[in-house]
Amino acid sequence: MVAPTIIGLLVLNYYPLIQTIILSFSKTKTFGAMEFNGLNNYIDMFQSPEFWKATWNTILFCILTVPVGIILALLVAILLNAKVKFKGGFRAIYFLPMVCAPAAIAMVWRWMFNGEYGIINAILGVKINWLTNPQTAIIACAIVAIWSSIGYDAVLLLSGLQGISKSYYEAARIDGAGRIKQFFSITLPMISPTLFVTLIMRMMASLKVYDLIYMMVDQSNPVLPDVQSLMYLFYREAFVAGNKGYASAIVVWTILLIGIVTVVQFIGQKKWVNYDV
Amino acid sequence: MKQKSIKGSRNVATILTYVFLILGSAIMIFPFLWMILTSLKSLAESTQIPPTIFPAVPYFSNFADALTSLPFANLYVNTILMVLARVICAIVFSSMAGYAFAKLNFKGKNLLFTLILVQMMMPSQIFVIPQYEMLASVSMTESIFALVFPGLVSAFGTFFLRQAYLGIPNEIGEAAYLDGCNQWQAFTKVMLPLTGTSVAALTIFTAVFAYADLMWPLVVNTDINLMTLSSGLATLKGQFMTNYPVLMAGSLFAMVPMLILYLIFQRQFIEGIALTGGK
Repeated sequence: MVAPTIIGLLVLNYYPLIQTIILSFSKTKTFGAMEFNGLNNYIDMFQSPEFWKATWNTILFCILTVPVGIILALLVAILLNAKVKFKGGFRAIYFLPMVCAPAAIAMVWRWMFNGEYGIINAILGVKINWLTNPQTAIIACAIVAIWSSIGYDAVLLLSGLQGISKSYYEAARIDGAGRIKQFFSITLPMISPTLFVTLIMRMMASLKVYDLIYMMVDQSNPVLPDVQSLMYLFYREAFVAGNKGYASAIVVWTILLIGIVTVVQFIGQKKWVNYDV
Repeated sequence: MKQKSIKGSRNVATILTYVFLILGSAIMIFPFLWMILTSLKSLAESTQIPPTIFPAVPYFSNFADALTSLPFANLYVNTILMVLARVICAIVFSSMAGYAFAKLNFKGKNLLFTLILVQMMMPSQIFVIPQYEMLASVSMTESIFALVFPGLVSAFGTFFLRQAYLGIPNEIGEAAYLDGCNQWQAFTKVMLPLTGTSVAALTIFTAVFAYADLMWPLVVNTDINLMTLSSGLATLKGQFMTNYPVLMAGSLFAMVPMLILYLIFQRQFIEGIALTGGK
């Protein structure tokens, strides 16, 4: 009964995994033929400013989106966990971006961030070329990413919050602890395992970001080098430029990066995640 | 006196809660509203300074333009077929494997389950180039099958449904044997129906992510008639660079199917995602 799944995994995932690693040590020749060329792809990659810029963009995107996104999601989750009317409606509204294709979402945000006619400039009374200015393009992408992920993360955190017994809060109230004190000594420690899972998941997703930036910033946009993520660079190298070997080296590097960040998170969690509940 | 001030501060907190939630909701909804409003404006009106909020006269030809520049009928069919096929594959194969991993003993079980866990930790991009090469080598790119290909089996689904089967007491399976069921009947007639909630959650999870996928459909099918809604929209962007009213109309067409499903099954969507969460 496990045969279809296992055969599928071997053909669709494990064989490609090995192929990608082999490819990263190979050179693409005409007609898709491959030739072993040792570490050359990696040497080229580490000497490429475009590659380092993309690595930095990816990390910067992660820094811009993850902390703010998680804090806002936690805030929304806490507010939704309070006694509010129309709770289901609010939850449904915050969750909305999750069921819309990122391609469609990016399209309307491109329009809203438009430098000449965009509504965002009109509301703020400024004239910023959000998506054609190297400094602001990644910020605009980060805002869209945060907007898209709040509802999803809030739903995950909300399910964690609902698991906290009300009796803790009653006891705290009898002891005279205020709301802020209650948050730091009850809510935060009790929700830390859920928070940790959400954080890991969100970090992995933002290190792999591709579709949003691809839709927001065209390949012909001059700011591309200042916003392109590793996966965007990977896509262009593999399927636009046809350098499959070099692209494989990029994807191997990205996976190492994700692996390192995840391991660091797992080591760091011992300091703040509370499992003795 | 003190009682009153506590009550007062609670009222302030409640008001602040509503203010924040409503303000947040406005920010969440505004882009969708703006999409609809823009799609009803003429190009000239959409580029007016200062911008108008509501279209002076609703202008419907943007929808006609979007429909003539993209074969939406094909995109809908392709997307539905891809999502449906991936969902069916995920449910059938993951139910079988999930049941086996949870309830049966066989040789190499732990090793095989490790294969599942390791796959779940790897980002899908690492598989993309070889998956594409495999299809290309047998000339199977540019097809509906190609869209479905990476989703033929689901490691996550297997893991997730295994959890569901672990939650069912063994006695239920044993009772089925005593009643004369064989292994397969015990699975299909007794155990499978008990995992309904998890199967529903997996269905939603698989559908939402298949529908959102952009890189794979973009890479594997370059023929416009074989694209999905997502990759088709990316192409429309290239055609109508700055004609945002048409782009908004196209985006609305692309969003509508999932939005309708969401409006109907809103609770199942949110709870399903919360259940599968942590992927």
